[in-house]
Amino acid sequence: MDLTVFAEEVGATGPVTITGLGTRGGPVAGVRVVRPPAGIEWIQPDEMTMRCGAGTPVDELDAALLEHGQCVALPPGGTVGGALSVGHSGIRRLGYGPVRDVLLQACYVSDTGQLVTAGGPTVKNVSGFDLCRLLVGARGTLGFLGDVIIRTRPRPQRSQWFTIDVTDPFPVFTELYRPVSVLWNGTQLWALLEGHPDDVAAQAASCSLDECDGPPELPTGSRRVVPPAMVASQTGRFVAEVGVGVIHHAEPLSAADPCESSVTKLAQRIKAEFDPEGRLNPGVNLA
Amino acid sequence: MNEVLVAELGAALSPDRVRIGGTELALYQRDASNLTGSAGVVCFPTSTEDVQACIRIAGRHGQPFVARGAGTGLAGGATPLDDAMMIVTTKMNRVLSVDPVNRLAWVEPGVLNLDLSKAVAKYGLHFAPDPSSQQSCSIGGNVANNSGGPHCLSDGVTTAHVLGLEVVLPDGEIAHLGGEEAEPSGYDLRGAFVGSEGMCGIATKVCVRLTQNPPAVRTMLMDFGSVDDGARTVSAIIAAGMVPAALEMMDQLCTRAVEEFIHAGLPVDAAAILLVEVAGLPHGVEADVQRIVDIGTAHGAGSVRIAKDEAERLLLWKGRKNAFGAIARIKPNYYLHDTVVPRRHLPDVLRQVYEIVERHDLLVMNVFHAGDGNLHPLLVFDKREPGIMDRVHAAGEEIVRVSVAAGGVLSGEHGIGLEKRDFMPLMFSPIDLEAQARLRRSFDTTGLANPNKVLPTAASCGDMQHVPEGAWI
Repeated sequence: MDLTVFAEEVGATGPVTITGLGTRGGPVAGVRVVRPPAGIEWIQPDEMTMRCGAGTPVDELDAALLEHGQCVALPPGGTVGGALSVGHSGIRRLGYGPVRDVLLQACYVSDTGQLVTAGGPTVKNVSGFDLCRLLVGARGTLGFLGDVIIRTRPRPQRSQWFTIDVTDPFPVFTELYRPVSVLWNGTQLWALLEGHPDDVAAQAASCSLDECDGPPELPTGSRRVVPPAMVASQTGRFVAEVGVGVIHHAEPLSAADPCESSVTKLAQRIKAEFDPEGRLNPGVNLA
Repeated sequence: MNEVLVAELGAALSPDRVRIGGTELALYQRDASNLTGSAGVVCFPTSTEDVQACIRIAGRHGQPFVARGAGTGLAGGATPLDDAMMIVTTKMNRVLSVDPVNRLAWVEPGVLNLDLSKAVAKYGLHFAPDPSSQQSCSIGGNVANNSGGPHCLSDGVTTAHVLGLEVVLPDGEIAHLGGEEAEPSGYDLRGAFVGSEGMCGIATKVCVRLTQNPPAVRTMLMDFGSVDDGARTVSAIIAAGMVPAALEMMDQLCTRAVEEFIHAGLPVDAAAILLVEVAGLPHGVEADVQRIVDIGTAHGAGSVRIAKDEAERLLLWKGRKNAFGAIARIKPNYYLHDTVVPRRHLPDVLRQVYEIVERHDLLVMNVFHAGDGNLHPLLVFDKREPGIMDRVHAAGEEIVRVSVAAGGVLSGEHGIGLEKRDFMPLMFSPIDLEAQARLRRSFDTTGLANPNKVLPTAASCGDMQHVPEGAWI
């Protein structure tokens, strides 16, 4: 994908912010806005990889991949660039893995308006430092994603949600073999099982799970991230991702714990190296 | 070696864990690559504080230091240059805690890969990355190199299995990167550290994700009349929507060497053999086995051998994992490459590899992670033969070039280290490399952590003083 026009828009001077569809927070207010290119460049089903502009809607990707019996482990909605830059996984993370593992190669525009390639086009690649992992979740503070190569995965033969009333989620969680998602709200558990229809049925039967229409509605007060062992000790109205430790809570989050000073200093050094003038998404602070 | 520095190390650790004897220095002057450097002093820390002390002393004296686990790295990443301080983590080898319910464990970096899987086997769990050296390689080394292995096709490489790290940064500060939380706030410093080849600090504790052992596993061996047919089978399996647990290929020369070594009844007349493992729940596994056999047959598979029990399965895997040991029967030396190409280009690139090797009058054995497109062409030779190293290096360089030209990458799992350092410009522009250097500088403000690896420097182009014997230039 020719990214030169996008790179010129980002330019080399002055504050600039990036946005896609605005579903994950949108641009920084009061700052010149750029939008990354959109569109699918190619899909290679037998490589399980695809390349697209960062501005491509995730739903468009899913629709295109459906034709090939594949999907991508990005949460639905918004753009690919937004999903990667925010880095929050969806409720299938337990089975599909985190968003950060989806990105194979990124062409991004640096603070100086230059095009940089990070990573490589193949799933397996240890050539050099892993800048792609650093870019996922960096909220556009280190560079603006232009286009990306991401990995896809096969769609399962059968995919079905089940439920059961339990006050302890762990017996069911440990019994199931690689469930795609296990959610729990303190009294009821939902499990997404995928694979061969007979295996799905046998797994559900082994835990006395009942078929249901889908996952529960997730509370939107806050999305908290805790060690997975702390899932059992949640209070209030919540839906927890068992085995992952993401808690969708009805209440807003109280102040986060302060970071270790060595980590804060390291994050500040990273920002200072990649964007010394602080022109990319100014005001967004991850350090 | 600076006597004051050695005395300070001895006082901080204990004199018996700081070695400057000729035997130790010789032992630690290289890793499992063909490159030999020179170590100035070898330290054996047993705690995070020990590692911190070593790094602080190194910092005070401006002394470069190199972290080393089991030394099984194949790219010279742990080969010390210019009398560097070796910080060897093999004595930090405790499994600190295991949470079998949430499937994670905290381990020290010196724990051996296979020992971790053995330690958690009683919970029905294992550590998924399984390099062929898994009996002897350490978790710290796996982190440094973002190691792979046959089963990474379905389960991903090391970075997908590392949740958190305690590291000592090159300035001596201790930092906790990532953690048990799925998505810690801030930058993914954990992800940036994994695969940084000892140039961003030293990991002193690692929180790993453990994987459920599959209830059903089927391993099969198919043989083919041509390497092309085997390679096309691999692409067809993936295109059919299956991700086998492993898809490994060996060519005839390799199969013969392995068969003489382990006597597994491998088909030595076949041009290529494909080892396929399917794992998961029983119905899915059986359905996949049938589809894979059908695909193989449609692509000309001569015979299909399905391991009838665990003993036969292990025998088939023994052949694959001991391939590198078996080659010693053909020639005393080997040079191993690790490029990755898009799967669909496997037949074409393999054909070019054979042509290159023939043109240079060398022998090549191919044993590789076909499912990942991860080639491991082994150039086998006898280094006593005059002029052979020039041919080996020339052929190797051509193999790397054709792989990258086919849309591939320099290394799939061994890393860049010293050996592939000067090939980085084949894949990355100066601007791309500068971005990687920014990452490196953020972590290492001192420039003392394993310097002159991975990133080609201006100095490395004209001034070769850092490149030890055996290096590619």
